[in-house]
Amino acid sequence: MSHPPESASLGKVLVVDDDEALSEMLGIVLRQEGFTPEFCNDGAKALAMFHETKPDVVLLDVMLPGMSGIEICRAIRQESGVPIVMLTARSDTVDVVVGLESGADDYVVKPFKPKELIARLRVRVRSVDGPSPSLSIGDLRIDITAHKVTRAGELLSLTPLEFDLLVCLARRPGEVFSRQALLHEVWGYQHAADTRLVNVHVQRLRSKVERDPESPEYVLTVRGVGYKAGPA
Amino acid sequence: MTPPFRWMLRRWRGSLLLRITTLTLASSLIVLAVLGLTLLSKVSTGLMDTKEQASLSTASAGQIEAERVIEASAAAPTAPSPSRLVDAVVADLASRSGSPEQFDVLLLSAVPGQLLPERGTNLVSTTSVTADLRRAIAETGQQSWMYGPINYINGTSVPGLIVGAPLQVPALGKYDLYYLFPLTQEQQTLDLVRGAVLLTGVLLLVLLGAIARIITRLVVNPVRAAARTAALLAEGQLSERMEVRGEDELAQLATTFNDMAASLQEQIKQLEELSRVQQRFVADVSHELRTPLTTIRMAADLMFEHREEFDSATARAAELLQNQLDRFEELLVDLLEISRFDAGVAVLDAESWDLGELVQRSVEIAQPLADRAGAEVDVVLMSETSMVTADRRRIYRIVRNLLENAIEHCEGKGVVITVAVNDEAAAVTVRDFGVGLRPGEASLVFNRFWRADAARARTSGGTGLGLSIAFEDARLHGGWLEAWGEPGQGSCFRMTLPLHPREPFTSSPLPLVPVGFVEIETAVRSGVHLDVLPQPPADAFRLPPRSGRT
Repeated sequence: MSHPPESASLGKVLVVDDDEALSEMLGIVLRQEGFTPEFCNDGAKALAMFHETKPDVVLLDVMLPGMSGIEICRAIRQESGVPIVMLTARSDTVDVVVGLESGADDYVVKPFKPKELIARLRVRVRSVDGPSPSLSIGDLRIDITAHKVTRAGELLSLTPLEFDLLVCLARRPGEVFSRQALLHEVWGYQHAADTRLVNVHVQRLRSKVERDPESPEYVLTVRGVGYKAGPA
Repeated sequence: MTPPFRWMLRRWRGSLLLRITTLTLASSLIVLAVLGLTLLSKVSTGLMDTKEQASLSTASAGQIEAERVIEASAAAPTAPSPSRLVDAVVADLASRSGSPEQFDVLLLSAVPGQLLPERGTNLVSTTSVTADLRRAIAETGQQSWMYGPINYINGTSVPGLIVGAPLQVPALGKYDLYYLFPLTQEQQTLDLVRGAVLLTGVLLLVLLGAIARIITRLVVNPVRAAARTAALLAEGQLSERMEVRGEDELAQLATTFNDMAASLQEQIKQLEELSRVQQRFVADVSHELRTPLTTIRMAADLMFEHREEFDSATARAAELLQNQLDRFEELLVDLLEISRFDAGVAVLDAESWDLGELVQRSVEIAQPLADRAGAEVDVVLMSETSMVTADRRRIYRIVRNLLENAIEHCEGKGVVITVAVNDEAAAVTVRDFGVGLRPGEASLVFNRFWRADAARARTSGGTGLGLSIAFEDARLHGGWLEAWGEPGQGSCFRMTLPLHPREPFTSSPLPLVPVGFVEIETAVRSGVHLDVLPQPPADAFRLPPRSGRT
């Protein structure tokens, strides 16, 4: 499992957490797994640190002094689609939903197992590689190599997670994916997990790709089962 | 009892107003009746006494007059004929009657059959004089009287007083002289009095009823208001108060009531505050614990990964640390979950899904555990689909808990998990054939941290909160979670859920007590109907028994 530190880094991870012991421990584990960690222990400095380090993934604690994780998440989302994984001590509905709606791609509830965290981070930084370099749903064109999505020639800006979600659905058009299956494919969950994650991100994806998110034509809901790529 | 009677009984028991009004009316009716009857009897006795006195003296005077007329005729130079004599007597007596006539006169022969001339005034009939009166006069030889009807030849008849006395007519023989006094006047007076008494009585009765009603209403209304306010308080509207008017006992009641409500409200507020503080504290503690626990967790994992590099004692220590951290985390999660139930902040996230499918998935996930325990888990689905609307995460947690519990206690004898639905509820039973439960334990298994045998070594982890949480999860859906067990015969846990959260239902589609164990008494107690014990249909969907790892 351990990678030699000199091997090519899997990616730069910005850890924003005020607990020094946890930050240090995260650093040890991340380095061991081949990531390059950067640290920030003050919410107020997080954004500056983000600009400075240009991380591939942000690991963000919700409860921070200076500026809350939710606010930082919103601020980062304003300017970048970089994957954000929230660390939360509360699995209560409100916290999770607020976190996801502020733009986080995923969340991990403390106390988490290191392997679980690493698995999620890996999924977030992996480059999407597939047999077909480009896919389409109706007049929606997905260029996988260039990481671009266009609708009738118009370029749409998606976060990597939203892109992954769309690609996952578009690879097998017409096939219905259950929420659990999507959690497995897109988020890397091994066991049953919180399906709200899927609901929130499907809404976000729709708000970007659909002409009318209220009556979607690309990402369709199959009642009681899950989602599929349109057209129906 | 017939329905209207039952309805009246319910009204009677249910209304103080009705009861007091009715009782007041009944007792005043009795009092008024007694008073009225006494009054009437006094008045009639008085009237009759006076009439009788007057009549008797009139009759006596008439007697003397008749004797005088007879003597005078005897002294006359020429004796009149008998009929003339009789005519003279009657005419003389009748002339004293006045106008309108106060009495009639009858002069009758004392001995029936004697062919003597008989006379009477006006139309009075001889049938007015009864044989009894005649006999009384004959026996006593004195004035006698009786009350009776006075008959007239034209067929009419009036009540009257009939006074008779013997009259000796020397030239003719024994006669009886009768005075007949009609009591029409008295009767009219009495009727008038009776009518007045009756009218007064009825009026009094109505008035008393109305008064009773008004007074009772005055008392009952505040009591009703108190009952209404108490009901509102019971519903949780703690700021509800009674209106205080005046300074009487009812005002005191209202004041005391309000004081009680205020004190209740205060105490409940304190309790709520206390529970909020405690809930907040539990949440804070668990959150504060989580960050260091995460660090410990990661450190322990790191050491566990590298345990081959340690000496055997340190390696074992790393293993123990790892295992116990798992248990610690589970306990923390369970405690937080329980505190959510206690604080009443647990929320349902209900969707529609297939219970049978969830049970099959749960069995697949629990397969490694079952393999370790050497237990074969059999799934019986009574219908092809068993759609329910419920919180999938919570129901999965219940099924997983029951399943793990059964696998742990089945002693390798196998577990049968059955799913069934009817038109109002869905049920899952988890039956094992292991140690079972001792009498009385079935009600204890859902208690927090309860262990079947305190002395028994803990083989599997388990926080001791699993079944308690499962119970709360079922209750949150408005469902049931029940247990049955016999020592050495295994146990059966049944979860019953309404098809939609919190909808009422009456019976579970599956029996709690397995077929063959149903004794009448137990069946009745646990609400199992003997005739509806379901048997798996021939085409029941049965998962193939698993033996190896999947």
